[in-house]
Amino acid sequence: MKRTLARSAVLGALIVAALFTAAPLVWMVSASLMRPGESTTLPPPLIPHHPTFEHYVALFTRLDLGRCLLNSTLIAVVTTLLSVIINAMAGYAFAKLRFRGRERVFRWLMVALVVPAQVGMLPLFLELKALHLVNTLPGAMIPYLASVLGIFMVRQYAQSIPDDLLDAARLDGASEFRIFWSVVLPVIKPILVTQGIFNLLTSWNDFLWPLIVLSDERKFTLPVALASLVGEHVQDTELMMAGAVLTVLPVLLLFLAFQRLYIQGATMGSTKG
Amino acid sequence: MSRGSAERQDGAAWAFLAPALALILVFFVLPVIAGLVLSFTDFDIYAIGDPRVVRAIGAQNYTQVLGDGEFWNALRNTLVYVVLGVPLAIAASLGAALLVQAPLARARGLFRVVFFTPYVTTLVAVAIVWRYLYHPRYGLLDWILSSLHLPTIDWLGDPHWAMPSIVLLAVWKNFGYAMLIFVAGLQNVPQELYEAAALDGAGGWQRFRHITLPALQPALVFVTVVTLLANFQLFAEPYVMTQGGPLRSTVTLVMLMYEQGFRWWRMGRAASIAFLLFALMLGATLLQLRLQRERAS
Repeated sequence: MKRTLARSAVLGALIVAALFTAAPLVWMVSASLMRPGESTTLPPPLIPHHPTFEHYVALFTRLDLGRCLLNSTLIAVVTTLLSVIINAMAGYAFAKLRFRGRERVFRWLMVALVVPAQVGMLPLFLELKALHLVNTLPGAMIPYLASVLGIFMVRQYAQSIPDDLLDAARLDGASEFRIFWSVVLPVIKPILVTQGIFNLLTSWNDFLWPLIVLSDERKFTLPVALASLVGEHVQDTELMMAGAVLTVLPVLLLFLAFQRLYIQGATMGSTKG
Repeated sequence: MSRGSAERQDGAAWAFLAPALALILVFFVLPVIAGLVLSFTDFDIYAIGDPRVVRAIGAQNYTQVLGDGEFWNALRNTLVYVVLGVPLAIAASLGAALLVQAPLARARGLFRVVFFTPYVTTLVAVAIVWRYLYHPRYGLLDWILSSLHLPTIDWLGDPHWAMPSIVLLAVWKNFGYAMLIFVAGLQNVPQELYEAAALDGAGGWQRFRHITLPALQPALVFVTVVTLLANFQLFAEPYVMTQGGPLRSTVTLVMLMYEQGFRWWRMGRAASIAFLLFALMLGATLLQLRLQRERAS
């Protein structure tokens, strides 16, 4: 009897916490389907009386957010693909290849981990301006193409590859690149997939750097476009909520599809050390 | 190292490292060093047109920034956010972890995913959502307060409440991540310890105090440092929700840097703010690690 009571208390607490957690997101979806002005009536309605998709239509026609959706997708996908392969090569080299200065270079890289990104942002902007990369999509990608943390994680993972496996391939006359491509990559695939999903979400959600480097509305990513829209459309609650749904939905679906992998990856850095 | 393979792979190794090292060197190390140099110059909007007009001005940016009320205001706001936000975030995530991992809990996987969901959402988008939830007239939060006959709060309009409101949003958004770290820590505690303690007559609080907390020590250190560092970099929430207002009560250090650098194009001044922030973050992290090491021993 007492046990049943305790069980219901725990479940009750979990449900209340889950409701509180989900409420803002549920309200966002609900308000995005309301008629203009409907959400700003009293008492605040929780569900739309006459659901409408007109705000979503407006986002793609009047506000031309389809272009920003495309920009965000392009930046996230290209950044992710390039960074995963670049980090994989470097992480593997640090883990498994013997070369002079390996430990020293790696230690210096680790030092870079303590420097927050903002410290280099101002000169980076000037540098990209000199390279004519300001206000271009590559300019938004560049700071994320190589990541010290990503290299570190691949290195940790790749250390478990047996040396004999690599040496056997070398004896067969395979080139180092060939070994990396057909022996190493399949083995380290799990960590690369995890990192890929992680990078995709991070790049999609990023704000400060694209805000700095992109100045033309047609180049904006969704978060930057949304932040600029809220200035002029602050009264259009329902329209803004539709914009928020459009921005959040792709990452949410991606997360739900890969939640096991993503959750694994998110805690990976913490259990070591 | 196995025999017969003592030969090195220098050429291949550097070829594999080249893209990553080149990118990090050119787009991270170089800008950081340049930033340090920049912070000792008067680089401004004229210098962007013609870099030859830049002059070295010694530590003048630093003395000017430190003598300016704006900097101290931003520092104060940032510290308020850190001091309120870090303990609240830890309490919320630890509570959620204990609840999810409670022996009597059900549907653990489902609740874990629900609690984690806000963490993956786009910050700018959910900040806008919360801006409407905080609306003093039509927002859901004040509507709940008034239906409970509690006094309503002008969340983002009152300088005393604006920063705590942002803290609340940040706790909601991020607690799921730290919860996962704590869950991983809890899963490593051997169940026999609890059973033995229960046999010895230890109550729930005593078991938490003497078994759970010590076992969570590494997770606690990790979560504290990560949250601390993230909190010092607060920017997007106030940018979207309050634009630094009301009465500059939500201007943070990163926001001040952004304003100086990219609104007024005072790059030298902004660079000095960036380095002051860096020094502050480094100091706070070292202090935190030291305190926790002392407490552990």
